[in-house]
Amino acid sequence: MASPAQNPKDFWTGLIYVAFGAAFIWIAQDYGMGTAFRMGPAYFPTVLAGILILIGLMSLGRSFFRPGAPITSFTVKGLLIVVLSTALFGVIVRGAGLAVALPILVIVSGYASVDFRWGRMLALAAGITVFCVLVFLKGLGVPLPVVGPWLGGG
Amino acid sequence: MELLGNLALGLGTAVTPWNLVYCLIGVFLGTLIGVLPGLGPTATIAMLLPVTFVLPPVSALIMLAGIYYGSQYGGSTTSILVNLPGEAASVVTTLDGYQMARKGRAGAALAAAAIGSFFAGTVATFILALFAPPLAEVALKFGPADYFSLMVLGLVASIVLAQGSLLHAFGMVVLGLLLGLVGTDVTSGTQRFTFGIPQLADGVGFVVVAMGMFGLTEIIRNLEQEEHRSALAKITSLWPTKEDWKRMIPSILRGTLIGSAVGILPGSGSILGSFAAYSIEKKVSKHRAEFGKGAIEGVAAPESANNAGAQTSFIPMLTLGIPSNPVSALMIGAMIIHGIQPGPSVIRDQPALFWGMIASMWVGNLFLIILNLPLIGMWVRLVMVPYQYLFPAILVFCGIGVFSLSNSEFDIYLMALFGALGYLFSKLGCEPAPMLLAFILGPMMEKYLRRAMLISRGDWTVFFTRPISLTLLVLAVVAMVLVLIPEFSKTREEAFREEAE
Repeated sequence: MASPAQNPKDFWTGLIYVAFGAAFIWIAQDYGMGTAFRMGPAYFPTVLAGILILIGLMSLGRSFFRPGAPITSFTVKGLLIVVLSTALFGVIVRGAGLAVALPILVIVSGYASVDFRWGRMLALAAGITVFCVLVFLKGLGVPLPVVGPWLGGG
Repeated sequence: MELLGNLALGLGTAVTPWNLVYCLIGVFLGTLIGVLPGLGPTATIAMLLPVTFVLPPVSALIMLAGIYYGSQYGGSTTSILVNLPGEAASVVTTLDGYQMARKGRAGAALAAAAIGSFFAGTVATFILALFAPPLAEVALKFGPADYFSLMVLGLVASIVLAQGSLLHAFGMVVLGLLLGLVGTDVTSGTQRFTFGIPQLADGVGFVVVAMGMFGLTEIIRNLEQEEHRSALAKITSLWPTKEDWKRMIPSILRGTLIGSAVGILPGSGSILGSFAAYSIEKKVSKHRAEFGKGAIEGVAAPESANNAGAQTSFIPMLTLGIPSNPVSALMIGAMIIHGIQPGPSVIRDQPALFWGMIASMWVGNLFLIILNLPLIGMWVRLVMVPYQYLFPAILVFCGIGVFSLSNSEFDIYLMALFGALGYLFSKLGCEPAPMLLAFILGPMMEKYLRRAMLISRGDWTVFFTRPISLTLLVLAVVAMVLVLIPEFSKTREEAFREEAE
């Protein structure tokens, strides 16, 4: 990420801290402040968020004076595949069941690797699925179907 | 003599067949994840937490503790043989361990690590048994203000010990405290920062955050770079020579001492101990010139220190009920789920659990030395498992594990979100560990702050008039000032740079 400052890490971290702090203070306005004697639900978060904004501003401020290393490039592919395949697993796990959701998670996430090969990934998916069904469903009694209602299972 | 009686009680609990099995499973898994790069103890314990719900509490804690100190042990194997630290605390071991291996002395390095770890583990077990009960006595006198100040000290320590910018670590701690407050406010019943989402009413589960920021973030980071694996060193004789023994014994003693002392500090754990031991060894050794080129002291000292530290870091958790690092925070979570209120009363109310866990650590160390030296060939082959098979499996266990906590898909989405957030912060050089610690302490801190202020009728000086609280705050200030002194902060940066290389 490029930044107008000399130290991009300080700059962006500062910005994130200020944003988080401001959001917490803004939301906390709806809750009661109370007094130091009887603190309301907004008291502690508001104080903390104030400190966070202060830290963020200090980081932002010094980013213009103290040079620092640039931020190394992001792996957008890795990030997207890990986050999206995990989220996809959450969307389909109850409806489709583990026998479908697990292989999909393994294969979609495995696609993030530089050296993706169908044969090996299918074997890995099968092994992991059997293991998880035995351990989590049979062993620990996690209430998830092997084959979900979307596919006629129960 | 009371100590021996207590240890006997503990040993009686620890060596029941099932507890032995769980201890063995724990140290086995610990070694495994210590060997496998890209999977640390925090993510593993988070994944296995749901599994332990079905176990009796003692067995669950014995197994979880085994994973933690076992991972310290496994990490050294890969550091020495393939120059890959499987675990953060083993980073310094690569400096001299791998050099020894390249000179054909891998066996001696492995033996030094194993013997040092076992000795350190034994000593740390006794330290734990000796110091925990009196500390718990003191802790019974703690009032709300004292607890609050103790948490401040713990958080300050985690800031000081974090890698990278102090200011950013401070920010991560405050952000962690804030995120910890999401959910229903116990005192007023107000739903805070929940955006009207019913699943957030109970707050964000810390296992969800831990799996996201440690499990998922690690995977994304590892996907950044192509795999590079150094050549595997050959192991010849495992037994150290007479000269080796003479050189490593004092180092093991020093490492154990440093590791035990540093481990007790809230907010540290094993990482600081290992690099402190290494830098001290480098200063006092007669063979200074050999450091970085394969000095056995450079393996023995940090390996003893990280094992000792891993064990003594349980002291704050067992006596005060306060986590000192993400791992003990997860174990406190396990205790609460089993209906045990962590804190100074555990020693008195649950002696079998307390002493059983301590004794199991010594048993576990015995298992480790048996597991490691003869089975070294198997562990080495595991290092060679390509990461492309490993990470989909980690992802699956995180996914199912997090779902099984409260049978909710929402937790899976949250975990993915925290994985992305953790990646963003890691790119910005902000460490997740202080944030996770703060995340757990957030609600506790608010509770004690409110109580303290209620008792003092809104008078802030209560934190400075109570002697315990004042002492803790002074310690926190001293720690802060120390790192801000240019001389010391330079050493800190150097130490971390050494670690990063």
